Amino acid sequence: MIAITINGKQLEVAADPDMPLLWVIRDLLGLTGTKFGCGVAQCGACTVHLNGEAVRSCVTKVSRAAGQQVTTIEGLSKLNDHALQIAWAELDVPQCGYCQSGQLMSAAVLLRENPNPTDQDIDDAMSGNICRCGTYPRIRLAIHKAAELQREGAKS
Amino acid sequence: MNRRNFIQSGALLSGGLLISFTILKANKLAALADTADLNVFAPNAFLNIGTDNSISVYLSHVEMGQGIWTTLPMLIADELDVDLKKINIKHGGADKAFNHVIYGAQITGGSSTTWSEFDRYRNAGATARTLLLQTAATRSGIAVESCKTEDGFVIAGSKRYTYGELANDAAKLPVPAKVPLRSPADWKYIGKGSKRMDARVKTDGTAKFGLDIQFPGLLTAVVAHAPVFGGKVKSFDAGKAKAVPGVREVVQIPTGVAVIADHFWAAQQGRKALQITWAHGAGVQLNTGIQTAAYRKLAASDGLLVQEKGDVKAAFTKAVKTISAEYVFPYLAHAPMEPLNCTVKIENDSCEIWTGTQLPGGEQAAAAKILGFKPEQVKVNIPFLGGGFGRRATPACDFVSEAVHIAKASGRPVKMVWTREDDMKSGFYRPFYVHNVKIGVDKDGLPIVWNHNIAGQSIMADAAVLFGPPPAIDDTTVEGVKGSPYLDEIPNHFVGLHTTKEVVPVLWYRSVGGTHTAFVMETLIDQLAHDAGIDPVEYRRGLFKNHSRHLAALNLVAEKGNWNRTLAPGRFKGIAVHEAFGSVVAIIAEVSVEKGVTKVHQVDCAIECGLAVNPDGVKAQMESGIIFSISMAMYGELTFVNGELQQNNFYDYRITRMYEAPRINVYIVDSKEKMGGAGECAVPPTAPAVTNAIFAATGKRIYNLPIVNNRLEKQA
Repeated sequence: MIAITINGKQLEVAADPDMPLLWVIRDLLGLTGTKFGCGVAQCGACTVHLNGEAVRSCVTKVSRAAGQQVTTIEGLSKLNDHALQIAWAELDVPQCGYCQSGQLMSAAVLLRENPNPTDQDIDDAMSGNICRCGTYPRIRLAIHKAAELQREGAKS
Repeated sequence: MNRRNFIQSGALLSGGLLISFTILKANKLAALADTADLNVFAPNAFLNIGTDNSISVYLSHVEMGQGIWTTLPMLIADELDVDLKKINIKHGGADKAFNHVIYGAQITGGSSTTWSEFDRYRNAGATARTLLLQTAATRSGIAVESCKTEDGFVIAGSKRYTYGELANDAAKLPVPAKVPLRSPADWKYIGKGSKRMDARVKTDGTAKFGLDIQFPGLLTAVVAHAPVFGGKVKSFDAGKAKAVPGVREVVQIPTGVAVIADHFWAAQQGRKALQITWAHGAGVQLNTGIQTAAYRKLAASDGLLVQEKGDVKAAFTKAVKTISAEYVFPYLAHAPMEPLNCTVKIENDSCEIWTGTQLPGGEQAAAAKILGFKPEQVKVNIPFLGGGFGRRATPACDFVSEAVHIAKASGRPVKMVWTREDDMKSGFYRPFYVHNVKIGVDKDGLPIVWNHNIAGQSIMADAAVLFGPPPAIDDTTVEGVKGSPYLDEIPNHFVGLHTTKEVVPVLWYRSVGGTHTAFVMETLIDQLAHDAGIDPVEYRRGLFKNHSRHLAALNLVAEKGNWNRTLAPGRFKGIAVHEAFGSVVAIIAEVSVEKGVTKVHQVDCAIECGLAVNPDGVKAQMESGIIFSISMAMYGELTFVNGELQQNNFYDYRITRMYEAPRINVYIVDSKEKMGGAGECAVPPTAPAVTNAIFAATGKRIYNLPIVNNRLEKQA
């Protein structure tokens, strides 16, 4: 059994230590908001936070998360009210929506570390996340918008 | 229509008012026919008003990012006079009632949802509103003309009824053959738009895609496919695979060997442990280099007549100058972000499927055939689609059929999951094409003769299961050259087609023929303009003198995008215009080429699409198509060596990333023209606008895509 804390809940999972965290989250714990896109850390659809850092869960062994804190999209906020989530809906960012969990999880780390990111900062932080629908221009605007909301005191 | 059945099924479903609607006569591939004259009644259900005041709208088309989850309910909200936010939205599932009003089969494609459903969905809403008004009139004793609706209520004198209160009685009224539609002045949503109705569920992980289907007892399957198209399993040893913890079963199916396990990871480990000997078949002869040479030879001769005018041979003797060009376009994979997958549960006399599909009826029929069932014994559930781009509209029903075979062979409910590599290597690609063009110009630099041949596989031949055997000329290969406004102005021209056959299955790819025909036409016109010493916008204006929609899009982008602006040092611009799916899109791309690397900095886009029902949705689709086209132009390429695909995943099949995404400005022509599409329409002109800008930057014309295969040096 491997003990991990997911979205604040302490759990024990019966998994091979080599099993990628992605499949533990999706197939063993039933949290399907984290997506499978490439399996080789190329697309970012599986991005989660491991002790607050964005990691690609498809290549992160569950053993690495043992005793650690994992946050998935389901845990980004309680009421879908993270500044990024509000900005995403406000600017109609999602299209097919499949990559957006990963985009949001990457953006959340950026915004926490850098509350006032420039376009260049956004390019640097977000280029590991592919969106096949091409929502990048709106993601860029939404991150700026979320930074603004955060400055105005929105929940983050 | 059978009114009694309709009422009964309506009552059964909802205990309320289930609205039938005018279904327009199916007329296969009569693209863009005027839908207004094709009235035939059939029972159906687009709209359901419950006695509990709930309003549900059933979508005949599927949401794959293009925004119809918002646009179709908007049409009903305006006619029914309700708040869009109060509508429950659902995919309709496989049902003939949801067949495309033009294409016949149930299909989401061809950038057609909004224009094709504009009348049907408004009529569904208007029919309900009419019946609710009549019911309120009867109940209150006030003349129907004196009753009115107001945001989910019928006001009859001093009475104010909710729609739910009226629903059961309204359902008993005969459905009028024709109902009045509301005046555009009353529209709250149409033409003004709405925020996406699916945005919130797509930000907190609750939106369900096919891959997210889970229920007790469901197992996961992955499949080992032949490494070469047409290959078969000769023999296999599943011993080591079955020893992997979590693996439950290994079964052979027509397309390979499936490993079924408790979860994806065990199934994947099991597949790695399989030992399979393959019989490759004739597919091993496929080599991209050899194919290129063969197609170039073919395209150098005149093919089957597509379109001709005047005397091409004689005209070349009169030309003051001739130019020749040969273009090569690679196979392309759609690569939607959600890899293809399908969940199947078979009971004794029924089957349930969950999958993201653009062709629900086709999948239903394919599953029924495999199982020996009638189509109605197969229920198709459609979650959100994690991208489609055409790949989830495969008439061969490849991925659903495979999943059904696994469930049938194993007797277990299974979710078949393809890895990215499986998805990349599964075929049904945008075909490989070669174009060969010879043009003769007069003393003013205007084309007087144009000879154009195209070689490539027929998409419609691979779609025959749905649409029947294709004609000798497959329009999906030649559209965009055939019917080009430029050719209209060229007195002598010939367009020919060489249809080839390959072991690689092919399919429509976002914007279909426009992915290559627009590139050829728009880069050649740019070349002619440059050779004539005429500004490329002016040159096109001359050729578009009889094409007002092309002119409108071109003029708007030239004005708003400020074509004559002074660019920063190192920046260059290119333009292109193309009509597809009933709309015209004009693009200005601004690029730089530094140390041979192209970057697209800004794209200005104008679309002439008639009425833009949801303007911000149209803008989003322009942004999407532009970035899709940049991926295609810059990097898109699949190659074969001895039948084996060389690309695997996003590291060797690159997609545009955030740091490469340009600033995009979209302008919509204020238009009274016939409504066209949006989803695919920005793809065709973007790629040639980019390479025309590359020419401006480097003096080099690009005849082979992708761009990264071309050596580009910055002009000295």
